[in-house]
Amino acid sequence: MEFKFTVENHEKVVKLFDNYPTKKAAVMPVLYIAQEQNGYISGEVIKEVSTILEISEEDVMGVVTFYTMYHQHMPGKYHLQVCTNVSCMLRGAYDIWEAVKTKTGLKNGETSADGLFSLEEVECMGSCGTAPMIAVNEDFHENLTKETALELIDSLK
Amino acid sequence: MEKIVLPEIENLHKIDVYRANGGYEAIKKALATTPDEIIDTVKKSGLRGRGGAAFSCGLKWSFMPKTTDKPKYLCVNGDESEPGSFKDRQIFEYNPHQCIEGILIASYAIGANSAYVYIRGEYHKWIKLFQKALDDAYDAGLVGEKMKTTFGTKFHVNIYVHKGAGAYICGEESSLMNSIEGKRGYPRVKPPFPAQNGLWGNPTTINNVETLTNVPAIINKGWEWFSKIGAEKHPGTILYGVSGHVNKPGVYELPSGTLLTDIIYNYAGGVPGNKKIKCVIPGGSSMPPLRGDQLEGIAMDADSLKAAGSSIGTAGIMVMDEDTDLVRVLARISKFYYHESCGQCTPCREGTGWMLKILNRMAAGQGQKDDIELLLSVANNIDGNTICALGEAAAWPVKFMVSRFREEFESRMNNSLDHPSLNKVHSMRHSKITVE
Repeated sequence: MEFKFTVENHEKVVKLFDNYPTKKAAVMPVLYIAQEQNGYISGEVIKEVSTILEISEEDVMGVVTFYTMYHQHMPGKYHLQVCTNVSCMLRGAYDIWEAVKTKTGLKNGETSADGLFSLEEVECMGSCGTAPMIAVNEDFHENLTKETALELIDSLK
Repeated sequence: MEKIVLPEIENLHKIDVYRANGGYEAIKKALATTPDEIIDTVKKSGLRGRGGAAFSCGLKWSFMPKTTDKPKYLCVNGDESEPGSFKDRQIFEYNPHQCIEGILIASYAIGANSAYVYIRGEYHKWIKLFQKALDDAYDAGLVGEKMKTTFGTKFHVNIYVHKGAGAYICGEESSLMNSIEGKRGYPRVKPPFPAQNGLWGNPTTINNVETLTNVPAIINKGWEWFSKIGAEKHPGTILYGVSGHVNKPGVYELPSGTLLTDIIYNYAGGVPGNKKIKCVIPGGSSMPPLRGDQLEGIAMDADSLKAAGSSIGTAGIMVMDEDTDLVRVLARISKFYYHESCGQCTPCREGTGWMLKILNRMAAGQGQKDDIELLLSVANNIDGNTICALGEAAAWPVKFMVSRFREEFESRMNNSLDHPSLNKVHSMRHSKITVE
């Protein structure tokens, strides 16, 4: 499916060019705008971004595949990111991780058939002082226990 | 104790409150002097970088060429992805204007007209908070072209927020610059150093968020005042982030050189259940771990920690009690570096995976006869053989965790297991030759 920025988003993209001396440098923020509009970075998105920024599709693809926060597939409505790095691990993150996997029936990297959840085991999110944590899309939920983690998932409809 | 970076003033994140408490006076004072005088003041203050390397901030600024036709840049490193570090987010949330003022002063000192604040992508909330503060500062005419009329000066600087996208390596300064340029975040070979050849080939300085947030206070109160706080050779306060097995995890701003035991027991409330401490990582997961029975008398500043066999890093203190399975902890640390290796240098790209593989089988009680030696040999072959410091960051925890807690690892070996055919590590599949 062809991808075009909405008029509003296209204005945002053009405005970003003021921030950098080259168009290419805007690739990361432009990809974020595209991802917000499209849900994920598809081949069509890459094509359109490369045209607008006057760089090759390979350059865009290289950026998309290097950074973990650009989705190459459609994530769930709620993208669950469970941190299991050391500070969280020491405070029970693996119990939470196992419980969330069982509860959602998903493995790392999977999306549920109804598109409600996608699950990702993530590296340190900077919540070490409020560990353990789950990020749901952009929001951090901190100081969790296994019980409150499961309640959190229940609350997501 | 007076707090410099995170003073306890309500609503300090609001521009009015910050200004009512003397905010944006330091930039006025700075603009009335010359850039050289500011660099000299910061140099004399002894301010050292808070991002990990603890390099003299004033000295770093002085590397910027004085006469050049090229544009100069400042990068502010708020990538904060080192496991155990969560200090910069406190600044973005509670004292963003002091950081912005620090950026203004630093830009004036080095002659930069553009500054990029690189904030890790996961910090959506803190990016919004910082952007709001920045927008307010723009509206008040304190940043950008309007500075010229506000302060009656020829100098101006524009500040841009650049959002990262989930790559730990972008906290490495040259990788951070590639990321701002819109490329994959591969570290660059040094030299040339950023002060000669940085963003788009132009002179660039990269400073940590916390480092720059200290600068307005130094300008306001003078270098003598700052240099007398905390440890003599590493003065000022440090944001210590305490996590893991403590009763009150969190960020504590204390003078440098505060005793590690003081931070853990008096500020972070000690260990739950009054358990003993088995291990402490004092500066984020890349730094060598310390034994719990050897913490007495260790002061938290760069030189004291070096003498104690570790490093201050980002001052992210991870505490592990006596029941912690250190083999699993190290396997988890190695998983992180395996995941975050950018793949550019072979020793790191391959070695991190091999270390993880060995540690995973050890954690499962399936360690083979010479696995400890194999693990150390892989770590030694990464250490010092990569373009950037991620190689060391991956190798050090392995080397020092194994050497300081060897008994933990030996207890996980199954000496009856010795399967050369089991593909110990890929390159050694058909060889018994050990690599020095």
